[in-house]
Amino acid sequence: MHFAFDEQQLEFRSQLRSWAEAHCTPADLRAAWESRHGWSPDRWKMLGELGVLGVTVPADHGGLGLGLVDLALLLEEAGRSGLPEPLLENTAVAAPLLSQLPGRFGAEVRDRWLPAVARGEASVGVPVPGLSGLVLAGSDLALVFRGGALYAVETDEPSTGRRRTIDGARRLVEVDAAQLSSANRLCGPEKSTPLRRAAADRGAWAAAAVLVGAADRMITSAADYARQRVQFARPIGSFQAVKHHLAGALLRVEFARPLVYRAAWSLDEADPEAPGHVSMAKAAASDAASLAASTALQVHGAIGYTWEHDLHLWMKRAWSLASAWGDAGWHRARLLGVTDW
Amino acid sequence: MDLRFDDEQERFRQEARAWLEAHAPSPLAGHPPPLPSLDTREGFEAHRSWEGAMHQARWSVVSWPAPYGGRGVGLFEWLVFEEEYYRVRAPTRVGQNGIFLLAPTLFEFGTDEQKDRYLLPMASGEEIWCQGWSEPDAGSDLAAIRSRAERRGGDWVLSGQKTWCSRGAFADWLFGLFRTDPEAERHRGLTYFLVPLDSPGVTVRPIAQLDGETGFAEVFFEDVVVPDAQVLGHVHRGWEVAMATTGSERGLSLRSPARYTEAAARLVELWRRSHDRHPRRAERLADAVARAMIDAEAYRLHTYWTATRVLDGGQVGAESSMNKLFWSETDLAIHRTALELLGPEAELLGEDGRPGEWLDGFLFALAGPIYAGTNEIQRNVVAERVLGLPRS
Repeated sequence: MHFAFDEQQLEFRSQLRSWAEAHCTPADLRAAWESRHGWSPDRWKMLGELGVLGVTVPADHGGLGLGLVDLALLLEEAGRSGLPEPLLENTAVAAPLLSQLPGRFGAEVRDRWLPAVARGEASVGVPVPGLSGLVLAGSDLALVFRGGALYAVETDEPSTGRRRTIDGARRLVEVDAAQLSSANRLCGPEKSTPLRRAAADRGAWAAAAVLVGAADRMITSAADYARQRVQFARPIGSFQAVKHHLAGALLRVEFARPLVYRAAWSLDEADPEAPGHVSMAKAAASDAASLAASTALQVHGAIGYTWEHDLHLWMKRAWSLASAWGDAGWHRARLLGVTDW
Repeated sequence: MDLRFDDEQERFRQEARAWLEAHAPSPLAGHPPPLPSLDTREGFEAHRSWEGAMHQARWSVVSWPAPYGGRGVGLFEWLVFEEEYYRVRAPTRVGQNGIFLLAPTLFEFGTDEQKDRYLLPMASGEEIWCQGWSEPDAGSDLAAIRSRAERRGGDWVLSGQKTWCSRGAFADWLFGLFRTDPEAERHRGLTYFLVPLDSPGVTVRPIAQLDGETGFAEVFFEDVVVPDAQVLGHVHRGWEVAMATTGSERGLSLRSPARYTEAAARLVELWRRSHDRHPRRAERLADAVARAMIDAEAYRLHTYWTATRVLDGGQVGAESSMNKLFWSETDLAIHRTALELLGPEAELLGEDGRPGEWLDGFLFALAGPIYAGTNEIQRNVVAERVLGLPRS
């Protein structure tokens, strides 16, 4: 039993953190929100060069061939920095799914797209459970489950069917049903169902990891603000009401984190309990991030309610990912066997 | 990262399980019957005998070195033992104040003579300890204590009053803080004493708790003579010594996660059973049941996380305040949810006039946010020492 990350994993996280401090500032996030897809292909290329996009890509396809435990701290860092790029969808969901595609067509798709993802030259879209047919804007390939089958569709950016979300970096586009044909069909229900469920579990886990990072950032920012903001001639952070708000929010984040790390381990080990572990992680992380958002907003007061202040960039990420990939209530119901993907 | 216990740890688990299944008094089938309430004289002595039986088989203090009755195993083996202990629903540890709170302090601050004198009888249950922290005017503000110890000849003379001393009604010894230098700043000038409760001048007055039983007591000291050998750590430096103790209480040692994972597993069982009899109630409470289950598991994993850090040479600092907040709130949530599942039956006492397991657990859980430093104090500690907010 050794529940900790190794030196290499910690070092990779600090590299990503330093990089994000330079290339993913709040000003960069705002610029991304104004851009075509909500994220930057240039930064995507840089993430490829950093090796972040190849973590889960097998070595024979140009990646590092590592697992989700190796990815956990990077996703958490993406949440902390507010990274607008589709990191969780590509690294945790699409890359492992591509690696498992069956058949000759599956091998062709894999050989073409996995190296491109690892280099940051392409983004592969995957549908979010419950929003079938919608994938992230800017995807070059979409892996779509429809009618029990799995399809690989190269996406020309459609002019219709675009949906914005509360998170300005998260734009969705509809994959036209007319594009799905026997020519781009990867497999039928028998093979696609376990792939779809495993993909959904990895997506829920990865969203949990990002949420923990975003929650951490919001609490830290609110604590910084509470140290500086003076009312009644004292920093508001010296008032117990403010302290107790922030301590309560921090508590939920600190105890969500080990659930997220354990779920990564279980998924890597193909533990039969992994889906339950994922649900625990996603439920706890969704709630922790939602609480961190409302607490940070309350501590900031009116300034936190403005577009001008940066807090909303993280709050909106938290709200989006708390509801995507199964919200907290859904995962709790699943844990008791009431529902499933 | 490796979340598997190794072969040796698994063998240790099997050995502990086999012994506990054969010997532990428990409400489970196939075990000797559960012991009478710890908070009666008869029950207290029965629990003391159980400590003795565990000591005989060297299970009472597995992590201590062998000369003091332990097996010298590590933190994870201790957690494994606790998991097995709670799995069979073995008795509450009557010696836990001594074993989990005083002993770590004795190991850190005690002289060799003190360790030789106190640890073995503590491990065997021959000497049961209670704590003497709070006073009528010193609760959350512990540094406000007024009980005094004065130098007279070569000895110390204690006077004053301690209260809310858990296990105090029937315990043999008390450990606690007394003011030795009234002129000093209030956190200084305190000294940590070990006092036999049968000393002349000591009066123990049991206090009935919420459940009507005497789980704690107030203790009066009138000119109680104590030799230097019963001072733990340096004179006037008792605050640092005591903080080490309260740190272990909130940190890893007192509330091992097994207690909550076991209760959460019973809660899920209760939920499954009530699903047949009261499906709508069960449906309404499913979310709360899953929450309790997740929180118990989060506490277990967080403990593993912290234990790994400690074994890698790290420290448990202000995080112990987060642990205390989390387990106390989790314990309450588990028991509240169970009572809601019982619905109208929740208020009923058993045939023997005592609360059943859930009501009893609920009453016990209600104390959690109060003892070992109230949760309000813990939130202040987290805000100031972890988040760096200014002191009030």
